This record gives sequence, C-alpha cells and structure tokens, in this order.
Amino acid sequence: MDYNLTKQQIALKKEFEHFFQEEMKKAPPEYWQSGQFETVYISDAGWEFYKYMKGRYAEKGWAALAWPIEYGGAGLTLMEQLLFDEAQSLYGAPRDIYGIRMFGQAVLVFATEEQRKRILPPIVSGEIQYCQGWSEPNAGSDLAALTTTAVRDGNEYVVNGQKTWTSGAHRSDKIFLLARTDPNSSRGEGLSVFNVDLKLPGIEIRPVHFMNGDHVFNEVYFTDVRVPASELIGGEENDGWRQTRATMNFERSLIAFFAGTRRRLDEFIEYVKTTKRDGRYLAENPIIRHKIAQLHVDIEVGRSLAYSTAFAELSGNMLFSAAAASESRVFGGELYQRVANVTTEIMGLYGQVESSRWAPLHGIASDGYQFNIGFNIGGGTSEIQRNIIAWIGLGMPRLKTVKTK
Amino acid sequence: MDLSFSSTQKLLRDSAAKFLSAECPYARVKEIEDSEQGYDPVIWAQMADLGWLGCALPEEYGGTASSFVDLIIIQEEIGRRLAPSPFFSTVVQCSELIRAGGSEEQKSELLNAIAEGRLIMSLAQYEPEASYLESGIKMQATPQGDQYILSGVKMFAMDANICGKLITAARVPDMGVTLFLVDADHPDISISKIPTIGKDNACEVILNNAAVPKSDVIGEVGDGWELLEKMNAKAAVAKAAEMVGGSKACVTMAGEYAKMREQYGVPIGGNQAIQHYLANMLVAYDTSYSYLYQVACMVDEGRDFALEASTLKACCNQNYKFISERAVQIHGAIGTTRECDISLFYRKAKACEYACGDTFLHLDNIADSLL
Ligand SMILES: Cc1cc2nc3c(=O)[nH]c(=O)nc-3n(C[C@H](O)[C@H](O)[C@H](O)COP(=O)(O)OP(=O)(O)OC[C@H]3O[C@@H](n4cnc5c(N)ncnc54)[C@H](O)[C@@H]3O)c2cc1C
Repeated sequence: MDYNLTKQQIALKKEFEHFFQEEMKKAPPEYWQSGQFETVYISDAGWEFYKYMKGRYAEKGWAALAWPIEYGGAGLTLMEQLLFDEAQSLYGAPRDIYGIRMFGQAVLVFATEEQRKRILPPIVSGEIQYCQGWSEPNAGSDLAALTTTAVRDGNEYVVNGQKTWTSGAHRSDKIFLLARTDPNSSRGEGLSVFNVDLKLPGIEIRPVHFMNGDHVFNEVYFTDVRVPASELIGGEENDGWRQTRATMNFERSLIAFFAGTRRRLDEFIEYVKTTKRDGRYLAENPIIRHKIAQLHVDIEVGRSLAYSTAFAELSGNMLFSAAAASESRVFGGELYQRVANVTTEIMGLYGQVESSRWAPLHGIASDGYQFNIGFNIGGGTSEIQRNIIAWIGLGMPRLKTVKTK
Repeated sequence: MDLSFSSTQKLLRDSAAKFLSAECPYARVKEIEDSEQGYDPVIWAQMADLGWLGCALPEEYGGTASSFVDLIIIQEEIGRRLAPSPFFSTVVQCSELIRAGGSEEQKSELLNAIAEGRLIMSLAQYEPEASYLESGIKMQATPQGDQYILSGVKMFAMDANICGKLITAARVPDMGVTLFLVDADHPDISISKIPTIGKDNACEVILNNAAVPKSDVIGEVGDGWELLEKMNAKAAVAKAAEMVGGSKACVTMAGEYAKMREQYGVPIGGNQAIQHYLANMLVAYDTSYSYLYQVACMVDEGRDFALEASTLKACCNQNYKFISERAVQIHGAIGTTRECDISLFYRKAKACEYACGDTFLHLDNIADSLL
C-alpha cells in the first residue's frame, strides 16, 4: 500500500494550485458571495468569468484530463483528474459539471463515432454550455416516471413536455434531454437521450427563484420541438435509462465536495483567529475550537473516502464498497450543510448577514445556509442515496413500493 | 394542575389565526419582506384595533392588562403566519422597558402612543462586536450640561428604519449602562438596513455626537443593564413562542406534503425514512410547545424564570432549525424555492436563533446557574 503521489503527480498538483491561485485573483467580487455551483449562473460577471475560465482550462489542455486525446482530452487517468478537481474546488474555481463531467462522459461511452467527433470538441473548448434535462414536476426521485415524449416523424423527433429544476438553462446553449421515445413503455424502458439545441422553436425557458431570490433553476417547456434524429445519443431508441444511470455515477468520488468544504473551513479559521468577541478571539473559545476540529475530522475522512473511491474505480473494482458513490454524496452533501450551520452559529449575530458591507466573508456563510441544503436534494436526495447504501452496500431487502404496469 | 386554555384564550387564538391568515397570507408575507419598509401599516393599524399593541400594558396607559400567556398566544400565531411587523421590537421589547423603567411622564406619553399604533420603537443594544453581554455595550454617553452626547455604532437594531424613537443603550462614565430615548429623526443619527437571511428590518444605527436631553434617560442612570436583562428574558420567551408557532406550521405543512406528493407510485410519506423524520419533528415540536407554556405561566405568577427562559430559548433555537430544515428536505427541490412557503420558515428559523441570545449565550447562562 502506498498513499503517496508519483513525482509527476506532485508536480502537476503544484502546477494546478499555482494556476488556480493566480487565476482566481481575477474573479469578480460577487464570486466570493456564493458557492462554486450557483455563482456561475446568478450574475453576469460570474458567468463571464466562468466562460473565461473554461477557455483557460482548454488552453492548458486541462478541460478533460482523463478523456482520450482524440476527443480533446489529455489522455491521463482519473487520479490526475482528481488532483485537478481538488485544486479547482480548493480555490473555489468554476467547473463545468454538466458538459464535461456528465454529458461529455456519456457521449464518450454511449454515442456514435460521428456524435463524439461533433459534440465533444465544443465542450472541451468551453464554447458550448450544457444543462441537464432530467427532472419533471412529477418525476423527481422517481426519474423513470417521466412523461416528456419524443416521437419519431421522418428524420426528426417531435418533443413535447416539461422539464424542471434545470440549473443554468437560462445561460446554456444546449440541453441533454431524457425523454420517452416509446409511448407505450413504462418507467426505464422506452427512454432516450437527445442532444438538443435550446434555440430550437417551441422551447420556452422560465425562471424559478431560489429561496434567497437567486436565479439558478428554470422550467423548460417543449411544444412540438423538432429535433433532428441525428441527435439521438447512440443512434438507437430506448437506451436512455442505461445511459442516464451511468451518467449519474460518472463523478463517483465527489472530491469537489470535500475540497469545497475545506476551502470554507480554511476561510473560517482565519475569521475566528482574527475576530474578537467578549474580550477574546473566537479561536480561544474551547467550544468553538471543538466545533471547528470536528469539521476538520469530517473533511479529512471524507477526502480519504473520495480518494479510495477514485482508486477503486481506476483499478476497475468497487469491491470495498459498491455504494461508495452514494456514501460520498450523503457524507459530502450533509457536511456542506454542517459547515454552513456551524459557521453561521459561531458568527453569532453576523451569521444572518447576507452579502453587504457588514457581511464577514462576503456573506458566504448565510448564503451557504440557504443554498447547501440543495446538495442533499439535487443529484438524488440523501434519502435515495441511503436507500442505495442499504440495498446495494449492505444487501438489505428492498420493500416493494413501486407499482409497475 | 390545569393545562387547558380559558375560553377567552381560545377565542384570542382563533381570532388571531383568522385575522392573520386573512390579512397576511404567505404571498403577502413575501411582498412585505421584499419591501423597503418591511411591514404593512394597514396590518399594524389593525393590530392596534385588536388591542394587541397594548396587550402587555396596564389599562391606564391604553393597554388591556392581559396576561403574559395571552401575549404568548399572539406571538405563537404571528410565528405560525410569519407576519412581518414591528410587534416584537415595539411591544415585546421597548414597551416592556418603558413599563418597567420609565418615568410616569414617559409611560403616559409613549405607552399610549404605542397602544394606539402611533409609535413604532426600536431597541439599539448590540454593537459591531456582536456581544450579547453587558461588557459588549461600549457606546459612550458623555454628560454635557443637561444633555448626554452619544457616539458610536449600534448593530441589528430591529425596525430602526421605520421607528419613531429608539431605546439606545450606552455607557455613562463611572455610572454604567444607561438607556436613552432617541428620536429616529435626530439630525445626528443615520440608519441603514442590513440585508439578512430573515429579510427583516435589522439595521445599523450610527450616532454621531447625538445630544440627548437628560430627561430622556429611561430609569436611573446606571440601571440600563438590569432593565435590559429582565426585559430580554421575557422577550426570549416571547421569541420562543414565535418559533414554536413556526415549528408547528412546518410540521403541518411537511406532513401534508408527504401525504400528497407521490413518487414511485406511493406518497413519499409512505416511506419510513420520511415517517421517522416527521415523527422526530413532532417530538421536537411537542417538547418545545409544552415547555413554552410552563415558562409563560411562571412569568404570570411572578416567579423568577431566568434559567427557564434560557432553557426554552436554547431548546427552540435547536428545534426550530431542525424542524424547518427537515421540512425543506421533505419537500425536495420545490422546498428550496422562494415560491414555496416552507422556505420562509427555514430562513426565519435562522434569524430567530439570534434574537435575544443565541444558543451559546443561553447554554452559558444555564451552565452558570447549574455549575
Ligand atoms: C440545487 C439543485 C439543482 C438541481 N439541478 C437540476 C438540473 O440541472 N437538472 C435536473 O433535471 N434536475 C435538477 N435538480 C432536481 C433534482 O434532481 C431533484 O430535486 C431530485 O431528483 C429530487 O426530486 P424532487 O425534488 O422532485 O423531490 P421528490 O422526489 O418529490 O422527493 C421529496 C422527498 O421525498 C423523499 N423520497 C422520495 N422517494 C423516497 C423513497 N423511496 N424513500 C425515502 N424518501 C423518498 C425525498 O428524498 C425527498 O426528501 C436539482 C435540484 C437541486 C436541489
């Protein structure tokens, strides 16, 4: 056993860190007021900076480290990808979750050669932004119950239906859409994935505001939208559920969660060391010390789990835990929320202050208290992850609740 | 022992619930929250007509001489509807300070005005260091002839942006913390609203050599902390009532949603994971609720309730947060939106946590009295 990185990996890690440290000096001020995920969508300056950073990743050849070189990747392994992701989140830099980490991976594995050559380069270069068209008003946790249809008509598919919670649709160029191609199918059978241009006639995007008023979510309506048949991923109908389940697991390790919380904790440690209340620094209060120490414990063990998961995936075995991805999600998502809770508590009256001249740490603690709960809902809720851990990780019996046709 | 409410108390609760749900539905709460004023003058006038603004006051000052339990019932209903208004700052905090410490003249002038809805007041206690303790009050009040000169910054003064007068805590050299009545339109004072998670009227108040006549001291010079401490213990109980009311709404709304929302062909509330959340939420609510009224009765009986007030507030701080957070989780993504009413409670629970002492302060108080 050896937990050490190779010489090349150490050098690369340093290079990444140096890069992010320098580039993040150019981030607009509002960039520090909210988290890495939502900040790219909620302000024009945040969005522009994200696009700039995507361009920089491409110039460096780092946009998709683990992809094959022929599709614009760097041909490296998941381990290098992990080092990049960790540095990226440690410095709070924006990341292309939907294009690079989700849809692009699915295209690599499931698309036709023609599609790979056409779809992947603009993702790698950062020109095209994707959003994720999965959830519907009545298909959230039970995604397979979705009802948006795509019916073949000559060389096109005619799409009708509604998607919801579509993060960033208002800033995106395309959507990877999960729709029902077989109207008589039930649940997972009969679903297909399409690469859809959001500028097509018949698509309407409406904002849904987050509890603090930020615009991240959208509803996307499809009325007789005609999508070329060539955009059916893989070229064969009804393979979409298999593709989508794989897509959910592409980013198994979720190192970004632990690096992101580490960043918050580091900033907060500075705050308690420099903030006095009742005649002493907050950092001198034994209760505060323990609360911070406990977060450190959680972040360290979570990071270790993320690396183990990546290693297992890299070596082609998930034997140490078949449910590792779900474990990282639950642990990392809830950890994000704990960090927000503990920091807003320790800040006392200032824990309630939103971004303004009065807000310590740009108001990120109070923003986090509102936004981080989303990490336990988006991408499969904590409850669903725990079901998976119990069923797959522990072999518990499944209670039959699903009524299938 | 008799743990039942009287028929007039039941009537009070019913009429409060009816009034607030008619005049201040959640859609209106959101509009008020987004407005600069942060309150609705029409609803405020109606509260005066209902006798709420004088409920804590003797009849001679325009009040209804109601019991503390009555005030708690009103606060609980306000918390359930999340009705934004300066009720807490004006009625629960400032009118109590004046009642307890004010001169006869101050009482008859100010309390009548409060009861009639003519005067909104704000308490300016905390300072930039955000201490809840006596030592945290550092603002100086320097005597000069028949005036005091006040200079410094106050933080988180609720409703200062809409108030007519502030009660400002400052330190008189050699004498200690003293309370001063300060006009909100004093030329040497500036007030700005701080954006907060509760979307409430938390304000920064800057006093720049503001002269205040000696006759505008409330109570004796040097008595300020004692007055504040007593008032804040009572106010903590009243804030807890608001939190209990909010907790109740969360349990109800999440329970209803869990029965209605279907996934995988069954109501999500059919899953034991969700049932256990709701069961834990109900336990948390019922414990807070029953303890609330036990403490409220002690206040009415004139017993010492400082330890109990801290116990209650520490309990509600944790329970309301837990309940509102689980309620959002049960709603899924819709729960995280502005559109969905449950998110109002999630934000308010966090704001309430800081009012009249956070969990650190109250656990400290409890430890001090036990150990
Ligand atoms: C920040 C954020 C970003 C998002 N971005 C996108 C996006 O870009 N594109 C997209 O398509 N979607 C997106 N989503 C939607 C997300 O995928 C869904 O919210 C999620 O799948 C849950 O669905 P739901 O919200 O309808 O909740 P529901 O499925 O209605 O669940 C409600 C509650 O019931 C619980 N529950 C449901 N079934 C069970 C069960 N069997 N056992 C126990 N508990 C259960 C859930 O855990 C939850 O607590 C996003 C969500 C968030 C919060």
